[in-house]
Amino acid sequence: MSQKVHPYIPNMVPEVQTEMLKVIGAESIMELFSGIPEELQLKGDLKLPPALTEYELRRHIEGILNKNTSTKEYLNFLGAGCWQHFIPAVCDEINQRSEFLTAYAGEPYEDHGRFQALYEYQSLLAELVDMDVVNVPTFDWGQAAATSIRMAARITGRKKVLLAKTVAPERIKIIINYGSPELEFEFVQFDTKSGAMDLEDLKEKLTEDVAALYFENPSYLGFIEAQGTEISNLLKETETLMVVGVDPISLGVLAPPSHYGADIVCGDLQPLGMHMNYSGGQAGFIASHNEVKVVSEYPSRLFGIVPTVKEGEYGFGDVAYERTSFAQRENGKESVGTQTALWGITAGVYLALLGPNGMQEVGQTIMQNSQYAAQELNKIAAVTGSRLHSSFFKEFIVDFNQTGYSVEQINHRLIEKKIFGGKDLSLEFPEFGQSALFCVTEVHTKEDIDHLVQAIKDILAK
Amino acid sequence: MKRIQRTSKTRDFHQAKWNEPIIFELHQPGEKGVELPPVNDGIASAVGDGTSAIPAAMRRKSKPNLPEIGQARVLRHYLRLSQETLGSDFNVEIGQGTCTMKYIPRINELLIRDPKMMELHPLQNEETVQGMLEIFYKLDLCMREISGMDYFSFQPSSGTQALFAMASIVRKYHEQKGEGDQRDEIITTIFSHPSQAATAAVKGYKIITLHPDENGFPDIEKLKAAVSERTAGFVVANPEDTGIFNPKIKEFTDIVHQAGGLCFYDQANANGLLGITRAKEAGFDMCFFNLHKTFAAPHMCGGPATGALGVTAALKEYLPAPIVEYHEGKYSLQHDLEHSIGKVRSFHGVAQTVLRAYAWIRALGAGGLKEVAKTAVLNNNYMYHKVLAIRGAGAPYVKGHRLEQVRYSWEQLTKETGVTTEDIQLRMTDFGLHYWTSHHPYIVKQPFTLEPTESYSKEDLDEYINALEQISNEAYENPEIVKSAPHNSTIHKIDEQDYLDNPEKWCITWRTYVKKTEAYNLVK
Repeated sequence: MSQKVHPYIPNMVPEVQTEMLKVIGAESIMELFSGIPEELQLKGDLKLPPALTEYELRRHIEGILNKNTSTKEYLNFLGAGCWQHFIPAVCDEINQRSEFLTAYAGEPYEDHGRFQALYEYQSLLAELVDMDVVNVPTFDWGQAAATSIRMAARITGRKKVLLAKTVAPERIKIIINYGSPELEFEFVQFDTKSGAMDLEDLKEKLTEDVAALYFENPSYLGFIEAQGTEISNLLKETETLMVVGVDPISLGVLAPPSHYGADIVCGDLQPLGMHMNYSGGQAGFIASHNEVKVVSEYPSRLFGIVPTVKEGEYGFGDVAYERTSFAQRENGKESVGTQTALWGITAGVYLALLGPNGMQEVGQTIMQNSQYAAQELNKIAAVTGSRLHSSFFKEFIVDFNQTGYSVEQINHRLIEKKIFGGKDLSLEFPEFGQSALFCVTEVHTKEDIDHLVQAIKDILAK
Repeated sequence: MKRIQRTSKTRDFHQAKWNEPIIFELHQPGEKGVELPPVNDGIASAVGDGTSAIPAAMRRKSKPNLPEIGQARVLRHYLRLSQETLGSDFNVEIGQGTCTMKYIPRINELLIRDPKMMELHPLQNEETVQGMLEIFYKLDLCMREISGMDYFSFQPSSGTQALFAMASIVRKYHEQKGEGDQRDEIITTIFSHPSQAATAAVKGYKIITLHPDENGFPDIEKLKAAVSERTAGFVVANPEDTGIFNPKIKEFTDIVHQAGGLCFYDQANANGLLGITRAKEAGFDMCFFNLHKTFAAPHMCGGPATGALGVTAALKEYLPAPIVEYHEGKYSLQHDLEHSIGKVRSFHGVAQTVLRAYAWIRALGAGGLKEVAKTAVLNNNYMYHKVLAIRGAGAPYVKGHRLEQVRYSWEQLTKETGVTTEDIQLRMTDFGLHYWTSHHPYIVKQPFTLEPTESYSKEDLDEYINALEQISNEAYENPEIVKSAPHNSTIHKIDEQDYLDNPEKWCITWRTYVKKTEAYNLVK
């Protein structure tokens, strides 16, 4: 049979196949499938589109991708869990390297560099959150929060969990699915003027069977929760653990949650050097103090530094591997598998490039740019620049209730002006009516923001 | 010119060794790695320093203790670490059985870096992401055809997360039927991946594990004894990690269905089945494929990946939302799924991996996919014959052909020489080859699992086999060479048990290491 040898499949060469079959002692390749019963074997070919050569494939895919409009072409003010930030070229260079891109589960002796890069990621992020333990990254913030909460439940032996009502609705879905049926969830209300947690409501719900309270700071709605210490003091009375979700790019200027009493901190690494990738850039982290009872409850891998038999060498390996489901199957702490290690390495590169000053600068620029945007939007008649009166980081609610337009209508018209407006909050937070969550970062210039403001003015003037 | 003789059957390899410091040791105050976008003057004059707005209690009092390092040094550091990593692009990566290491087509890596993919926000208006939605939808159509399932979600970002999503669907399904409390058991097999048992346990199920019969097949009598009105589901890999296909799989799924349970299929080992047999005909209600295994997306040191989750029409409403639909020339996101388990990952999953898998399928077509399966199985059976001829090597259970991989055993070699599979693992690194010692618990004694896939030529396979053969010879003739390995690695042996399992000594971060070495003086 004459057949084309596909570039991805070297052993399609007929002569080689014949030789190999001879070694095996088989007449044909199909004979090797004899373990699959005849009635389960497909008759005929799968109905798939025809194969493409590399050139055809590139044209085909680029043709499809051209139907997209990217945030390089339009001005973007969407955030809400995936954010547009500046990405240093070195981050891309490192995560494109074949060695890191295609490595997987090698031993410390063949993948020393992978172990070191991930250990360094843990160590760099530990400085940012000011805690002693950080895990090899998990799937995303939602998963990290869900696991942090499960860890808290195992540590305390309690099943009830309080969630701030302002936690991202998307993450709440992940947390509840991940925690059920074992855990029981209840929401703590917030002040709709400031966004701050309602401490009276917290006190009421905070009983001695509560394992953990989970809240986010900066919150999903952008505001900074200023009552960290007060919340922590309340939790101590019932020995409830404080789990805080955080946007790590805020931590050059905001106090890390460990400074106001957090037991476990989690969040998303995407702001630290990952392109948005239509949400493919998300990666979660979990951090804690170095307490045996806490470390023992991590389900994920934790790389540690060790000496080798030769003086002067750093070695690395898995800390307390017996915790994991790799070793224990259903008796492990939750489950672990492929997660988002490459993004951990990339986040490490980002932190190494920015250093202490860069992290402070980026945080400050984000605060300045977003405050300017809120201030300018607030000058538009009938628009409230920041609906909440608390200070905020990166994101803030813009209130369009008095404009006579819905957020959907405004966003639609913004797209005509090549702008992606803020996320419509009217379904997730109906208490804010027609409001949108706008995201402004260090990538936005004054011109960008002024352009947005003018565009909204023009839309409302019609 | 003298003819240069190159006759050695194994490679004279040495892993890169840069003796690279920990990044904190590169700190030079005043250096910086990157210049950030500046704040515009007009903004600073309008709002001031920005940080004054932070309530005093929430202001960071001192800068994070990160190192200050110039850009070139950061780059050099990480490039050296990359060189000290043996990615699958560099070695004949057939020693990581059950993980389907295959060639990563470079065109796909180029395509995912198109700004029209990389710079998309997941909440953009559907009109502006029609291309991305089209890729999701078209991959869904391909996956439906390959598996026989009716709808796919690409939200789970690994096989483990797909298994978790499937266990979540099982729970929701029985709750809907009012049997949530009654059905509290999930059945699996010992040679299925550990994640199957672990994720079902996270979802609150009691796990019943079936052990194989004397030939290595899942034991149908044990299944019959295990099912009851408490059975919520049955999750299994087929072929299992032994490379043995369960020929009675349809009887298995029938038995579970009769007991009222759902059947879900771990297709992490699907590489030898493409175009050959499908989940649907075997009676499964759900299945998943690892796009980073069977569909040639890279493993990326352990993610991000994708566990493409397929279900029959009856379970569509249980999928994590949203899924992509197509009506009258327009792609859209369907968020309203009546019984949706909610979400397992934020937004839509790992879009790059979805794109890579679609590109790979389009590069191969139906005929190519079948050639993948056929060649992978040919390569595996070639290796199987060659490896069994190596002194001290064996493979328990049924004789005859295996599918895409084999779980082998060095039990005999260990008995005769004292050399263990862990010793061999370290010695293999001396030849620039990765070798994994297989999943716990070691039901197969001194195990190793080889999965040659379609990506390797006969010469590549022979190179790997030759290395195993040489190590076997060494074990019988001079075992110390093997036991003292690695000899050509970046580093020498580490003391795992003492330093990694002892809370007094473990150091998960550099700051802990600095604290502990000063306090305890453990490392001089």
